[in-house]
Amino acid sequence: MSAEQENKAAGSQPEERVEADAAASKQLKNSPSGRNKEDVTMAEDAATGTATMKKVLRYIGKYRFLLIFSIMLAGISVVLQLYVPILFGDAIDQITGPGQVSLSAVMHYLLQIVVLIVIAAAATFVMNVINNRLAYRTVRDIRARAIRRIQILPLSYLDAHSAGDIVQRIIADTDQISDGLLLGFQQLFTGVITIIATLIFMFRKDIWISLIVVAMTPVSFLVARFIASRSYRMFRKQTTTRGQQTALINEMVGGEKVVRAFGYEKRASERFRQLNQELKKYSQSAVFFSSLTNPSTRAVNNVIYALVALIGSWRILAGGMTVGGLSVMLSYANQYMKPFNDISSVVTELQNAMACAARVFALIEAEPQSPDPEETMPAARGQVDIENVAFSYDKSRSLIENFSLKAEPGMRIAIVGPTGCGKTTFINLLMRFYDVDSGAIRVDGRDIRSVSRQSLRRNYGMVLQDTWLRDATVRENIAVGRPDATDEQIIQAAKEAHSWEFIRRMPEGLDTVIHDDSLSQGQKQLLCITRVMLTLPPMLILDEATSSIDTRTELEIQAAFEKLMQGRTSFIVAHRLSTIRNADCILVMRQGHIIEQGTHESLMAKGGFYAELYNSQFAGIQG
Amino acid sequence: MKRLMRFLKPYRIPSILAPLFKLLEALMDLFVPLVVAAIIDNGITRRDMHYVAVCFWILILLAVLGIAFSFMAQWFAARAAVGFSTDVRQAVFDHIQEMSYSELDTLGTDTLINRMTSDINQTQNGVNMSLRLLLRSPFIVFGSMILAFLIDVPSAIVFAVIIPLLILVVFGIMLRSIPLYRRAQTALDRLLGLTRENLTGVRVIRAFCREKEEIREFDERNDALTRMNEFVGRLSALMNPVTYVMINLATVVLIRVGAIRVGSGALSQGDVVALYNYMAQITVELIKMASLIVTLNRSLACAGRVADVLDTKTGMTYPEAAGPAASGAKTGAPAVEFRSVSFSYAGSGEDAVSGISFRAEKGQTIGIIGGTGSGKSTVVNLIPRFYDATQGQVLVDGKDVRDYPEGSLIQKMGVVPQKAVLFEGTIRSNLLWGNENADDEQLMAAVRTAQASEVVEGKEDGLDSPVEQNGRNFSGGQRQRLTIARALVRKPEILIMDDSASALDFATDARLRQAVRHLPGSMTVFIVSQRASSIRGADQILVLDDGQMVGLGTHDELMRSCRVYQEIYYSQFPEERPKSAVTSGEVMA
Repeated sequence: MSAEQENKAAGSQPEERVEADAAASKQLKNSPSGRNKEDVTMAEDAATGTATMKKVLRYIGKYRFLLIFSIMLAGISVVLQLYVPILFGDAIDQITGPGQVSLSAVMHYLLQIVVLIVIAAAATFVMNVINNRLAYRTVRDIRARAIRRIQILPLSYLDAHSAGDIVQRIIADTDQISDGLLLGFQQLFTGVITIIATLIFMFRKDIWISLIVVAMTPVSFLVARFIASRSYRMFRKQTTTRGQQTALINEMVGGEKVVRAFGYEKRASERFRQLNQELKKYSQSAVFFSSLTNPSTRAVNNVIYALVALIGSWRILAGGMTVGGLSVMLSYANQYMKPFNDISSVVTELQNAMACAARVFALIEAEPQSPDPEETMPAARGQVDIENVAFSYDKSRSLIENFSLKAEPGMRIAIVGPTGCGKTTFINLLMRFYDVDSGAIRVDGRDIRSVSRQSLRRNYGMVLQDTWLRDATVRENIAVGRPDATDEQIIQAAKEAHSWEFIRRMPEGLDTVIHDDSLSQGQKQLLCITRVMLTLPPMLILDEATSSIDTRTELEIQAAFEKLMQGRTSFIVAHRLSTIRNADCILVMRQGHIIEQGTHESLMAKGGFYAELYNSQFAGIQG
Repeated sequence: MKRLMRFLKPYRIPSILAPLFKLLEALMDLFVPLVVAAIIDNGITRRDMHYVAVCFWILILLAVLGIAFSFMAQWFAARAAVGFSTDVRQAVFDHIQEMSYSELDTLGTDTLINRMTSDINQTQNGVNMSLRLLLRSPFIVFGSMILAFLIDVPSAIVFAVIIPLLILVVFGIMLRSIPLYRRAQTALDRLLGLTRENLTGVRVIRAFCREKEEIREFDERNDALTRMNEFVGRLSALMNPVTYVMINLATVVLIRVGAIRVGSGALSQGDVVALYNYMAQITVELIKMASLIVTLNRSLACAGRVADVLDTKTGMTYPEAAGPAASGAKTGAPAVEFRSVSFSYAGSGEDAVSGISFRAEKGQTIGIIGGTGSGKSTVVNLIPRFYDATQGQVLVDGKDVRDYPEGSLIQKMGVVPQKAVLFEGTIRSNLLWGNENADDEQLMAAVRTAQASEVVEGKEDGLDSPVEQNGRNFSGGQRQRLTIARALVRKPEILIMDDSASALDFATDARLRQAVRHLPGSMTVFIVSQRASSIRGADQILVLDDGQMVGLGTHDELMRSCRVYQEIYYSQFPEERPKSAVTSGEVMA
């Protein structure tokens, strides 16, 4: 959770943050001790880590037979791999000197080795494949669960979280989980088994040497820990400074045109230079300290190696050991620290993965919207009755209160007001994206909370100004609400919506794949109108264009709207006077409140905010 | 990475010393098996415990020297790599400051930000890793082989055969999997794209009851990604077992050869142990090398992208400050004059505007109107020389804009861009962008003219109220008014408002124009707008349609002569449309 808050505080554009963070984490990963400390210190991690682990285990549980099989294979592979050096040692013992070589005995051992390594390799391969499958399928299941939750989360949750943040959870965080799990499966089990098996083999060969090796183990840990704590401090400073620098880059480069327009370049460069030099200082230390862990543990390992050689020689001279035995011990000593290092990096990675998993689970476990009633809304006539509705997003600040409106089938309701006046609130309530706090909205006399959301929404056609199209063919984009529509029906709708003209001219007509930037704003809106034209629901929610569309396209959109509205109850977020004046009822909104309500004539006569707004349209003429 | 090499020059010494010390460290590692062989052959066979003790201390010495060399190497590598990336970052930032709008458009700010952050970090990583490891692993691999040859030639042949084979297998698997990784990344991107669409379009999805279809689509892509990942995983799962088998088979052969050689007295038992140890070292290093190559591959791609940014030459040149062109402005010349100006954006064959000619006298207000994409912004962007005209001439105070020394033209201009961008800081720090030396009174005067008094006074700390990143703690209308004030603070000779009142209601918009008009001095004002009411009162109105100038004159003149202007005007003021002139009535029906 705290990671999330930190991200929120630091981030401006979430998408960019994802990239920047990913890069940062990659860098930290490469410097062995850096990343772990970043995350380990988060106090909650330890507490939530176990709980999160349990949840992840529940997902893995589905594949528990694979998991058991994988652990068994890990055991086989590790034991065999550790046993091979012993056989090599035995073989070397057969070649003590000239004339003292028993080739048949050597060959006997070598043949055994060949068989064992093939089995060990096969076991490792199968284990790797299983681990891959375990990790990727677990994460696939988590993602599938997350997207299902997205579809039933209340809009209030999705509005409160940026799309970038949620995308990061479903994509980047889960990716981190699969990385962590994969490494965990691959190295945790083998690491633990390796340590245990090595110790058993070593103690069976020679107790004294083994005791020395075991006694030296903590030294290595102490050294690593010491370095990690030093580099952690540097990493913190580096991270903070880098965060500041990234923010500055985002601002200055993001607003580079303004920088140029105001001749701010030199000042920007100077500000950047200061942060850059500071970052250099901390980075050099951080990179240096973090790169000390490997050489240090290697040095400790080398000392252990020397000790084994010394004691081993003494034991051979004392008659307790053979040269082959010493070579086995040396090769064990050489590999001894590796599983420890592996396990510590796995633990780091797993902690990281758990922090990410916690964020994903926070999404998966978010409270869904109230369950849908069984009953469905049949095709409506289009009578909308809003009765004493009160609603606010933030329950401590009232927004809409005591709002009533009766729209008979076929009526046109215009919503007017300055930008940001809260027209979306109104749409949110009609479509039941949000539920009213008190009062009721009825369609054909039925409370919209008494029917399933889908059946209610099927009765509405919605065209918003921020059009939403996906990277797919024109046909797919139009047939969203009626996937079984025939081409004739689609073309008919397109003709009526004035979009056929430009669709026809596209390289592949209906089959042209469109991207967000391949169409003009007006064309996008026409496509969205076509979408509704194809389904022809009894009620409409329309959002008129403001400024970004040229006059001709605007006239076409007008005409399309006009065609669409015939005989349907329409709620129009209106910007043009003709629409407003032709409306049966005008809702005047300001700062989220509905402040006036009536026909054009009655509102003008009242001389309130609407009258002022209306008159100001013409104020420019004198000015 | 080659193109960035010059940035490593100041760090020549550390970047030579780092790999050098790394090699010394590796040398220490190479000695170890030799010492162990000596222990076995001399110490043990001669039962000389003193000899063994000496060897033990040599091993300890090698360990100590190893760590010392290694620390030095890491230190120099860190210095070189971080210093390098710091300089590159500064150079890129400075370079961006010199880019013209054209280059900014081509590269895109998101791209530039990525180059400056993740790409440079990745490059630093690559430099650091190369300095430390690039030479080390091959050195150990070939060092081991050479030492093996020194010990015994027939046994060493095993090395000479197995090393190329191992390299072949390791790199073969890697080369095979790199493109697959890329495909897995594409699959992930596809899933990401769908997830984003699901979130940004959540209202549409729910309005059209598409939830089930979305889940099905997601599952398909999710499965595709999983299958791809498992496929790539199977390939890389081969790496370890295969190398393991190869290296151990080689060891088996080595022991077999060694046994014969020892039997014939050509080799000692200690030598066999040493050869055996060298074989073990090779495996470890080859695997390290493979992962290093993966990292380097990625860093090289990042470095290439960074270098591309640095290689982008700015297309604009400026005369020297004291050059012949600095002869000063002509008195009585129009503030701005366009002489058959055409312009096309880089990479687009078509002209965005063409054949634009007009004169704006000092003190005049010029309105520019037209549909989206008609070239309104393009025209005003040519005045401060954000772009260079591709044909024709733009003159400010009678002098070609290309003849102004760098930075001097912009001093005359107050620009209010379409997108109201504010920067983190305070209201004051943002306004000071206009003029560093302005005092509070001047700031407040600008604020009042921009109709932003209520914005500033509505905040607790007035001018010192904090502005968050991108000004997100202000509404769109508030931001627009503050950006207008910012431009006014510099008391510009030419004020350019590029559709910068779009979020203001009509009344505020009108008051703003009124206030700007009544400012003392003879400021020339350009107003770009979609609203006929905003430009109706201008001294001259320039009407653009699809990049062409289709009208120039006052409102009344244009109402008589310009069909496009009439169309725009009547679409916004339908009640003024005379009953007879139904220019676009057919469309409405």
